[in-house]
Amino acid sequence: MYVEKDEKTISVTTTPRVPAWLTGLIPVLAIGLMLLLFTLVNPLAMFNNNLPPIENLAIDRIRVVENGFEVSVMNSGPQPVRIAQVIVDDAYWQFNVEPSGELPRFGRAVVTIPYQWIYAEPHRILLVTNTGLTFEGKVTIATLTPRPGLREFANYGLLGIYVGVIPVSLGLLWYPAMKRMRRKWLGFILALTVGLLVFLLVDTFLEVLETGAKLPGVFQGVPLALFAALLTWLAIMAVSAMQNRRNAAAGNVRAKGAFLATLIALSIGLHNFGEGLAVGAAFALGEAALGSFLVIGFILHNITEGIGIAAPLVSNRRSDEEPARAAPSLLTFSGLALLAGFPAVLGTWIGGFAFSPLLGTIFLGIGLGAIWQVIVEVTALLRRYAERENMHWVSWLNLAGFMLGLAIMYFTAFLVKF
Amino acid sequence: MNEQTNLEKTEISRRKLLQLGAAAGIAGLLAAGGPLINTVSGNGPDHNNPLTNPTLDENKGMGMSHGDNSGTVGDVDLTQFDPSQFLYNFDWGSETITESGQTVREWDVVALEREIEIAPGVFFPAWTYNGQVPGPTFRCREGDLLRFHFSNGSTHPHTIHFHGFHPPSMDGVEPIIQPGESFTYEFKARPFGVHPYHCHVMSLKKHIHKGLYGTLIIDPPQSRKPALEMIMVMNAFDTTFDNENEVYAVNTVAFHYARHPIQVKVGELVRVYVINMTEFDLINSFHLHASMFRLYRTGTNLEQFELTDTVIMGQGERAVLEFTLDDPGKYMFHAHQSEFTELGWMGFFEAVA
Repeated sequence: MYVEKDEKTISVTTTPRVPAWLTGLIPVLAIGLMLLLFTLVNPLAMFNNNLPPIENLAIDRIRVVENGFEVSVMNSGPQPVRIAQVIVDDAYWQFNVEPSGELPRFGRAVVTIPYQWIYAEPHRILLVTNTGLTFEGKVTIATLTPRPGLREFANYGLLGIYVGVIPVSLGLLWYPAMKRMRRKWLGFILALTVGLLVFLLVDTFLEVLETGAKLPGVFQGVPLALFAALLTWLAIMAVSAMQNRRNAAAGNVRAKGAFLATLIALSIGLHNFGEGLAVGAAFALGEAALGSFLVIGFILHNITEGIGIAAPLVSNRRSDEEPARAAPSLLTFSGLALLAGFPAVLGTWIGGFAFSPLLGTIFLGIGLGAIWQVIVEVTALLRRYAERENMHWVSWLNLAGFMLGLAIMYFTAFLVKF
Repeated sequence: MNEQTNLEKTEISRRKLLQLGAAAGIAGLLAAGGPLINTVSGNGPDHNNPLTNPTLDENKGMGMSHGDNSGTVGDVDLTQFDPSQFLYNFDWGSETITESGQTVREWDVVALEREIEIAPGVFFPAWTYNGQVPGPTFRCREGDLLRFHFSNGSTHPHTIHFHGFHPPSMDGVEPIIQPGESFTYEFKARPFGVHPYHCHVMSLKKHIHKGLYGTLIIDPPQSRKPALEMIMVMNAFDTTFDNENEVYAVNTVAFHYARHPIQVKVGELVRVYVINMTEFDLINSFHLHASMFRLYRTGTNLEQFELTDTVIMGQGERAVLEFTLDDPGKYMFHAHQSEFTELGWMGFFEAVA
């Protein structure tokens, strides 16, 4: 009878009564009820000891214009914030705020301050909220922020070409020489490429940490960048796997090298985007004098990247005796140079005219993931080589190549870091 | 020189640049697409504000005569506290004369927590005597018997410590008056002069700068010459709780007397009782433009004075200033610490014929 029914019969009999879609809906309804309860009854009221509001204003950027400053600000705190006054260099100052001094959560505003700023001197701007809290923005070296005009656009584009496209192309010019090298030196070149990529990996990672930390807390900058890195890594793996299957089916060995070169170019391009951002921002800051030094530094620094891209293209010879296979077309080389170098142009544009810390962080994250996967792929190539040669892949020669790659990047970085 | 180069170098490292881009904002597309000068900010329109004034006369800044754009925007809610009224508000208390001819003055003083507006739109969680900062300006004559019935209506212990001659039991250090408790301070008013009073509960810094201070003016028996009299309490507020002040003023509201110049008749004798209750900064000062004042330090002597236009005062120091303004027009006065001036401690006398 009733009591003697086993579980199985019960479940069998009850299932048809409650449709599956309804069982899925029950938790949703429960959540809704819970939210309703919290808004109506506020069971947490006892924790609210009349605490002051939590305010957080993030100053995105300060444009230095002819007659003063334009401060872009976002409310990154949990509550509305009212900008009540503005202090510039320890003096209350007139201002205007659009669209409103009252910023809702995630609300944005532009504060315009008429101010006789002093060329090449720092200025400090404090936004004072109605609770008296202050949020600081600094103009490190006051000089007119470039306005996006055609000429400026062209100039910043050229800058990107100097630091991105030209050095990568110069590096690629080593391709013919690399092609004539003895086979064992190819492993050396690949190891050198790994060294350079490891340097870029560390460098990009540190940039991710720093830019990410500068983002307003709500955006969770560092995790965001790391997720972007993770997704990029997985996406490239998926693409590689697909490409490998296709190449294997077609028995195309050369395509494999070209694909790897493309991957390297792409990941280096993402890294160069970050460098473009830095250079563009530097020039916008008016670092013209140090700028040319910086540019020469970047050219030397980035030439190695061209070698790295060319490495997998020469690596498909089976023996020293075998003649090098037909060289990739000029078009391929140009494409690779652009892929690795042109992002620097985009970077200088964005860095010079519209730096967005959020986008910057995401792009750096993507670069990080790409570089990681490229290291994995180039290392795999190196290992396959070594196996074919019956050598361990961590040979003294390869280790020397790896070290040389690191060393070149490290010491040329002296020209661009201070 | 070396340092300078190092600084520059630090600031332009590649990574630092990115960081600067993020933190300070170096550049950007035109974030504001529309006209720059359009809407009113702050707590209300201010006819002196070039940004809100459609005529956009660049010489109409805060009223500062330099034709710049300094100063705060808007005005405070004057129905809550009007420094222009506080200026002339001398509270003589309730007066009775005993059979022996002794004048007795009595006041009720209550400590209250209040949110006060110290600059347009900027609010400060203050501790107050009778709901205002500065506390009431008590006034009496030398020899009067004074009784202050103090009750603590706040959530922290407080006292009133008066400067001047009195028995230690009336000094406002002990006993400490707990929330809900009361105490009557009773003593004879002496010497004549201008004296501060303030809470003396530890931590002193906190209790004073939160707003528990005011002035007791004791008139000499023979009175001073008739004059237009006013009280100016130099004070400041630390709104970010970092032991540095964000707002400076006389009588609490930044730039109030710049927005609302103090009206004076040409040639009329003006007497200002000045007292420095600024916390965190070691000194403050009073400087008058285009005239000189007779300075009576602490106001305890009617004869010795110095003719000057600037007086430096440490915390708790005070003086009586007397002067006339001989031509019509606006006479600026401010702290001769430029920083304090620009953070709110500046105003004008306006002499009219």
